[in-house]
Amino acid sequence: MIRSGVARLILMRLAVAIPLLLIISFGIFSLVHVAPGDPVRALLGTRPSDPETLASLRARYHLDDPFIVQYGKWLGQVVQGDLGRSISGNRLVLSSIKERAGVTIYLCLVSTVIVLVAGILLGMFAAFRRGGRLDRFVVMFGVFGISSPAFVTGIFLLYVFGVVLGWFPTFGAGRGFLDRFWHLTLPSVALALSIMAIVVKITRTSMIEVMERDYVAFARARGMSMTRITFAYILRNALIPVVTAGGIIVIGFLANAIYVEVTFAIPGLGSLIVDAVQKRDIPLIQGTTLVFAVFVVVINLVVDVIYTMIDPRIRFGAVQS
Amino acid sequence: MSLHVDEAKTPGRAPRMTISIGIVICFCIMAVVIICALFGSSVAPDSPFTQRLEVGDTPPSAEFLAGTDLLGRDVLSRVIYGAWTALVGPIVVAVGAWMIATVLGLVSGYLGGWVDSAIMRWVDFMLALPAPLIAIVVVGVVGGGYWTAVMVLIILFTAPDTRIVRSAVLEQRPRPYIDAARALGISKTRILFVHILPNVLPIILAYVVLDFAFALVNLAGLSFLGLGVEPGTPDWGRMLFENRTILFTNPVALLLPAAMVILTAVSMNLIGDWLFERLTR
Repeated sequence: MIRSGVARLILMRLAVAIPLLLIISFGIFSLVHVAPGDPVRALLGTRPSDPETLASLRARYHLDDPFIVQYGKWLGQVVQGDLGRSISGNRLVLSSIKERAGVTIYLCLVSTVIVLVAGILLGMFAAFRRGGRLDRFVVMFGVFGISSPAFVTGIFLLYVFGVVLGWFPTFGAGRGFLDRFWHLTLPSVALALSIMAIVVKITRTSMIEVMERDYVAFARARGMSMTRITFAYILRNALIPVVTAGGIIVIGFLANAIYVEVTFAIPGLGSLIVDAVQKRDIPLIQGTTLVFAVFVVVINLVVDVIYTMIDPRIRFGAVQS
Repeated sequence: MSLHVDEAKTPGRAPRMTISIGIVICFCIMAVVIICALFGSSVAPDSPFTQRLEVGDTPPSAEFLAGTDLLGRDVLSRVIYGAWTALVGPIVVAVGAWMIATVLGLVSGYLGGWVDSAIMRWVDFMLALPAPLIAIVVVGVVGGGYWTAVMVLIILFTAPDTRIVRSAVLEQRPRPYIDAARALGISKTRILFVHILPNVLPIILAYVVLDFAFALVNLAGLSFLGLGVEPGTPDWGRMLFENRTILFTNPVALLLPAAMVILTAVSMNLIGDWLFERLTR
């Protein structure tokens, strides 16, 4: 029963995710034609415009076919892992992405740990001390966190810890695990601060709500320790909205990672996208954007499934409907 | 017992006082930003465009209170002039997005049926997209700088806003005054715009202010990536982009515009929250 419910749910989500990916990929493909001027010129970049190069470009992008056929052929190549070659540097887009992805994943993982640990703890303590000094600090922190984008916080962190105190390097990603950690500390904190506000806010609100439930009052009446109640009853229920917001949080991570990487001059996927956009390197833009978009959609799918699995109420609700 | 808990739950008078002082400060900050945006030329000590290549970037001094940037331009004047793009774009984004969202939300919430499902499917689709990434890519590829960015943000902001209006309308729909208006034979359009709209307008107004803050941050971000305003325009985001290399020689050139982005966004967020509480109670 449970298994079939989850399977059905995954199928239903896939039925939404796949058309979504198709539409996104269509949009990304259309970029060649949206760019001002002739698509061949856009794809040519700074290369010499001899007839041979032009002809090979036309053939590579099937520019002589009707638009829909062009898209179909492009999609076929993409599905086989062929993202084409970048205009600047003439490198395989896929290998550029592979080379850069590691740093971005490292950055996001360190940041996720900070967000989950610090964000949930802060939200929890604020809820326990509601109306107190810590709570007011946390609420203010939330407003600042939502209002200050990662590149602005990044600049302040860079100045205080990189320039004034000189504790951390101001650019680059470092080599080896520890050196990389040292290089990525400030960027991870900048990234975490921009996301943490949401997590703190949601945790605090839902903790407050759950703490007022009858089952918590009943557990206290039975004389259970507050620690046990907190972890076994309150936190478990209060964190469901955090998981639900997982999609927004992941999109926030990826978007802010782009800004953080540019601020700290880290050679990751985000700065690759910005580089490509600034140089109008269409194949590189298409490849990187597609990878980002697929990642976002897949993570959203996973979050949806996890969330139905940890909360039986939703699962059975879905089965019944 | 329960009364007692309720009393303990609501914080005393003191925090409410600090909140209202905070709001006054927010309004003061916004007043300063608006004055800078409208009367920049009389407020600024110098032209934001005059280059002094022989001077280059210098830290703050008596002549240049916030120092100069790489091209020897006065940083303080550029920050003051930058208030213009920091206000106009976000206002257009917030008002534009909410105008479209209000119409869509009213229609969707009141009519229901296939119109509602069509609009809601579109909203779901837009919300599933990684919006910030799309803004970067579209503005970068299409070109056109600041105003393209404004247009793209309007489209991206419309979806979540539509959802908010729709749920506000759904809350109004079962109320007796709607039944009464219907019984009187008043047309659907009139019910929508004369009867429902005034009742959902306060919520919309509060959210317009919140959207302003969000649009400010997004536009500054695009300019920071070199995609928003034209090169040379005095703009806070653009200054962060252009002055990145002089963090060691004149950090004020980065810290001042960065602080302005945060202060303006925080002020508008707090004003929005405050309006929300006052208007929707």
